Amino acid sequence: MIAGTPHYATDDKAERVRADFPILATRTSKGKPLVYLDSAATSQKPRTVIDAISHYYEDYNANIHRGVYEIAERATDAYEGARKRAAAFFNAASTEEIIFTRNATESINLVCYTWGFEQLHSGDGILLTRLEHHSNIVPWQLLAAKTGAELRFLELDEQGRVILDDLEEKLQGTKLVAITQVSNTLGTIVPLERIVPAAHAAGATVLVDGAQAAPHMRVDVRTLDVDFYAVSGHKMLAPTGIGILYGKRALLETMPPFLAGGDMIRRVAYDHATYNELPWKFEAGTSNIAGAIGLGAALEYLEGLDMTWVREHEVALTAYALERLDQVPHLHLYGPKRADERGGVAAFTMGDAHPHDLASILDAEGVCIRAGHHCTMPLHELLGLTATARASFYVYSTFADVDALIEALEKAARIFKL
Amino acid sequence: MDELFYREYILEHYRSPHNYGHLENPDISVEDDNPLCGDRIRVDLKVEDGRIADVRFEGKGCAISQASASMLTDVVKGMTLHDTLRLGKDEIMENLGADTLAAARIKCATLGLKVLKAAALRALERAAETEGQRP
Repeated sequence: MIAGTPHYATDDKAERVRADFPILATRTSKGKPLVYLDSAATSQKPRTVIDAISHYYEDYNANIHRGVYEIAERATDAYEGARKRAAAFFNAASTEEIIFTRNATESINLVCYTWGFEQLHSGDGILLTRLEHHSNIVPWQLLAAKTGAELRFLELDEQGRVILDDLEEKLQGTKLVAITQVSNTLGTIVPLERIVPAAHAAGATVLVDGAQAAPHMRVDVRTLDVDFYAVSGHKMLAPTGIGILYGKRALLETMPPFLAGGDMIRRVAYDHATYNELPWKFEAGTSNIAGAIGLGAALEYLEGLDMTWVREHEVALTAYALERLDQVPHLHLYGPKRADERGGVAAFTMGDAHPHDLASILDAEGVCIRAGHHCTMPLHELLGLTATARASFYVYSTFADVDALIEALEKAARIFKL
Repeated sequence: MDELFYREYILEHYRSPHNYGHLENPDISVEDDNPLCGDRIRVDLKVEDGRIADVRFEGKGCAISQASASMLTDVVKGMTLHDTLRLGKDEIMENLGADTLAAARIKCATLGLKVLKAAALRALERAAETEGQRP
């Protein structure tokens, strides 16, 4: 450990945070303590979130926006309360700008199929980075194939940071900038403060994939001035199946509905329908009510932790992990070298030990990491790789988890005789 | 899976695979991959009288997929195509000396077998076609 640094201050709190997560007290079938280092895939859930979901099902389970009876009103209040909390958490101008979706993927697809198919035409540019997750590439590929719009990419430097030298040039003729805020593979933090104003000056609309950023740092959509922002709840302590699309009201109002059905309508006749107001226009069918309530509890929990601490702890932990990983023989780390330029993920390879073999050996030690392409196949190809191993951190991760990772990797190196 | 699984001989097969490379003028050549992890294997066969006269494989991927394919090529040399099609997961696990394997890794272990069986099936189909064409 690095003695005499402020790292321990954030780590003490993380140790206390762990007590709120029931799963972290469990052991693997081999009796090993669980060292969960795959939070970029999905986060663990605190007791308050689990309880909020159970509480809904046990005490006031009812459909929302229709029932006149008491528990239906309670359910509606809880669901809309979660929306209010989300609006405050992301500093949206109003709750009308917060649409509940299943996840960031659905949020991006919603924009693609409503705004995108209306606004993008043959020859229009869609500017992405080389870092994008499949969920922020494939929808635009489909759109490009149908409309004749063209995909463009901001390139990366040798540390996986986005090169902005040719930003203005690439913005010419670009109608949409669709970029991640934090890379789920390299951890790169994309400088939105430089890209968003330039994009707007060039007349482009900006969608940000916040799946890996929103859980880890304070995100203020109005300061960032993004037009759309996509979030996955399950990566930020909430259950799976609930996500958010933030959109500027003026844009959302012009967009046609996405999915059609109940709840998203005002009036329906056999031959036509008028649509509900924002945000319900985009929430067809019975929503994931328990999920939204769970997300509300997750955001409340994160507010309690303080997002400034969340990011401080992540930087401290990542700095420690980068330093320790760098000392492991034959280990090659990818992404920015400085912890403050990246999120809490570390992708690496180790000698000729395939990432899947590494993950299996680590699994025997109770250490959970991801191995594969992490839904960034094009980025791996760009790096000349088919797979990497990836460790990722969150609020309950500690310096001791990093130590367990290093110890397990050293064991893997011995097994593979590296 | 415990570390014992990665026994010395598995790593030997991984780093120095048997029957590695390609055959000149193979009767059959089949390639497949596991896109989930990027494992890829190609198998070349020489077939004589319904038997595998010679076999080579080439591939990229984890130790389990590559070692398993290497061991399999030793087993099937000289085997009839029909017997090859009867091989299953149990034989693969026996080759590897493993009792259990995480479900996600079984796909790695059996990729070589999947490709080999596809090659054997194609050889049998081709033989049947040739048979059918005879006057």
